[in-house]
Amino acid sequence: MWRYVGQRLGQSVILLVLVSMIGFGLLYLTPGGPMSQFTLTPGMSAETLAQIAHQMGLDRPIPVQYADWAWHLLRGDWGRSYRDQSPVLSVILSHLWATLELMVSSTLLAMIIGTWVGVLGAIRRYSVADYLATIGAMVALSVPTFWFGLVMIYVFSVWLAWLPSGNMYSNGASGLVDYIRHLILPCLVLTLVTVATWSRYMRASMLDVVSQDYIRTARAKGLRPRAVLVHHALRNALLPMITIAGLHVPTLLGGALVTETVFTWPGMGRLFLDSIGYRDYPVVMGLLMFSAILVLIGNLLADLLYVLADPRIRMA
Amino acid sequence: MSATALSVVPRRRGNLALGRFLRHRLALFGAAAVLGLVLLCVAGPWFSPFGPLTIDLRHRFQPPFVGVHWLGSDQLGRDLLVRLLLAGRISLFVGFAAMALSTVVGVLVGVLAGFYRGWTGTILMRAVDAVLCFPSIFLLLTLAALVSPGVVTITLIVALTSWMEVARVVEGQVRSMRERDFAVAAEAIGVSDAHLMLRELLPNVLGAIVVAATLNVARAILLESYVSYLGYGIQPPTPSWGNMLNASQEYLGSAPWLAIFPGVAITLAVVGFNFMGDGLRDAIDPRLDVHR
Repeated sequence: MWRYVGQRLGQSVILLVLVSMIGFGLLYLTPGGPMSQFTLTPGMSAETLAQIAHQMGLDRPIPVQYADWAWHLLRGDWGRSYRDQSPVLSVILSHLWATLELMVSSTLLAMIIGTWVGVLGAIRRYSVADYLATIGAMVALSVPTFWFGLVMIYVFSVWLAWLPSGNMYSNGASGLVDYIRHLILPCLVLTLVTVATWSRYMRASMLDVVSQDYIRTARAKGLRPRAVLVHHALRNALLPMITIAGLHVPTLLGGALVTETVFTWPGMGRLFLDSIGYRDYPVVMGLLMFSAILVLIGNLLADLLYVLADPRIRMA
Repeated sequence: MSATALSVVPRRRGNLALGRFLRHRLALFGAAAVLGLVLLCVAGPWFSPFGPLTIDLRHRFQPPFVGVHWLGSDQLGRDLLVRLLLAGRISLFVGFAAMALSTVVGVLVGVLAGFYRGWTGTILMRAVDAVLCFPSIFLLLTLAALVSPGVVTITLIVALTSWMEVARVVEGQVRSMRERDFAVAAEAIGVSDAHLMLRELLPNVLGAIVVAATLNVARAILLESYVSYLGYGIQPPTPSWGNMLNASQEYLGSAPWLAIFPGVAITLAVVGFNFMGDGLRDAIDPRLDVHR
């Protein structure tokens, strides 16, 4: 087991190095580059530009700049933001919680609804409700998240005026009730995509399980159908879902970014857009790295938890 | 849960047929929606009395379904319908072009990696894994914001962020196909590597490629609309479904139809391609069907 963990960790670290090289290369080789903000400023002479480039260390070869960046990454500050010279890692961490709150709340909601819909679809296969759920999930995966956000704002904020249309707190307000009122809409929007995926896989997993012999045995023993369903079928059907949850991290992160931009939620997505706007390369690179790390952790946890949860898988 | 809850495991014949019929229906609906949208967007604007850039300030914010503007007019009095159709030309073009490009790149990488196992294959597939670590929207936005936006650059960028799935699918298939007797036989009679890849292996993977490509059009349309919505994609006055949504945001309270119709158009196109791709997948390999 521990050898397997070590192996997977090693692979992830190697992949992460590759990820950082690709990310850095794309970012710094793309036309535009960190200097573009100054070249557009009127009255900048070539000497001043060269001086700025020198001060920022941008006149060095790309591999040297990469090594410098990697050194900062290992030292733990991830470089300095161009905007206010604060360490990139602390800038990211200060926006992390808002994003996590959104992701965790919507994932929990999606799991509850998705499990229910998936199980229902499996035990009443080919019923009208099942078909509606199937079609509904496909449509939910096709609706542009940001547009769904706009529609929700129109219905619940503009038309009904029940909920606020953005931000985390009202002006000058604080407290749990105000926070939850702001969380509801973005959380629902982010839930839509997750619930569609989750219910589909849950249904497939449940179908695999209910056709197994031990379920027939349990029913033949005369257990109540509900007991068979909850204690025998559902427990085992939820196992493969660990993997699904882990592999869903990139979609969820992307969805969170989109949702945050529509609802001006002060998380990593907002930070990302602001940093792009300011051409704040260190923060953009930091966010790319940070999201890649989150994705890799998701993959890793998916594999490891599955091994822990399923005794049938034994690692040599 | 009633007592019958767990007793539906044996399939009932009538319902199964209904299922096939309906799934088929969905794929047909998808194809019809896509075909209809393409025809409307290509031919529609010719029949409209309004130009896409004709500004008519006396008739701003005309509501839809009443008067001469069928879908209403926008903040400058431009006809929404004709703009929607012209935007569709751009959005659908970006979708198809990005799909074509990403499929070519994905197939190239996938075939090479699946054929030349060992170092070439390992390096290529690890590169695929690495690019997949970035949520594609992050990568897309970064590139779109840095490069000067336009139809061609947006197409390139969208393609650059969506070739990996195709590569993965093709790699897996080619790797297993290589071991089959027909491939081994072809190798034994001494055909060149290129012949083996292009004439023997590729045709057998075509089905999977078509499915992935169809789903990629849907993805590309979604990605383009989002980047344009944020203002980093197609720039006005060239309309695209995404940038029409961007402009509509300000008038959400007073003229909601400006936001609703472009979104419906995107959804319809994406749903169409997704249904089509799903139907094709069922037709090609029933074992991959997650809906069963």
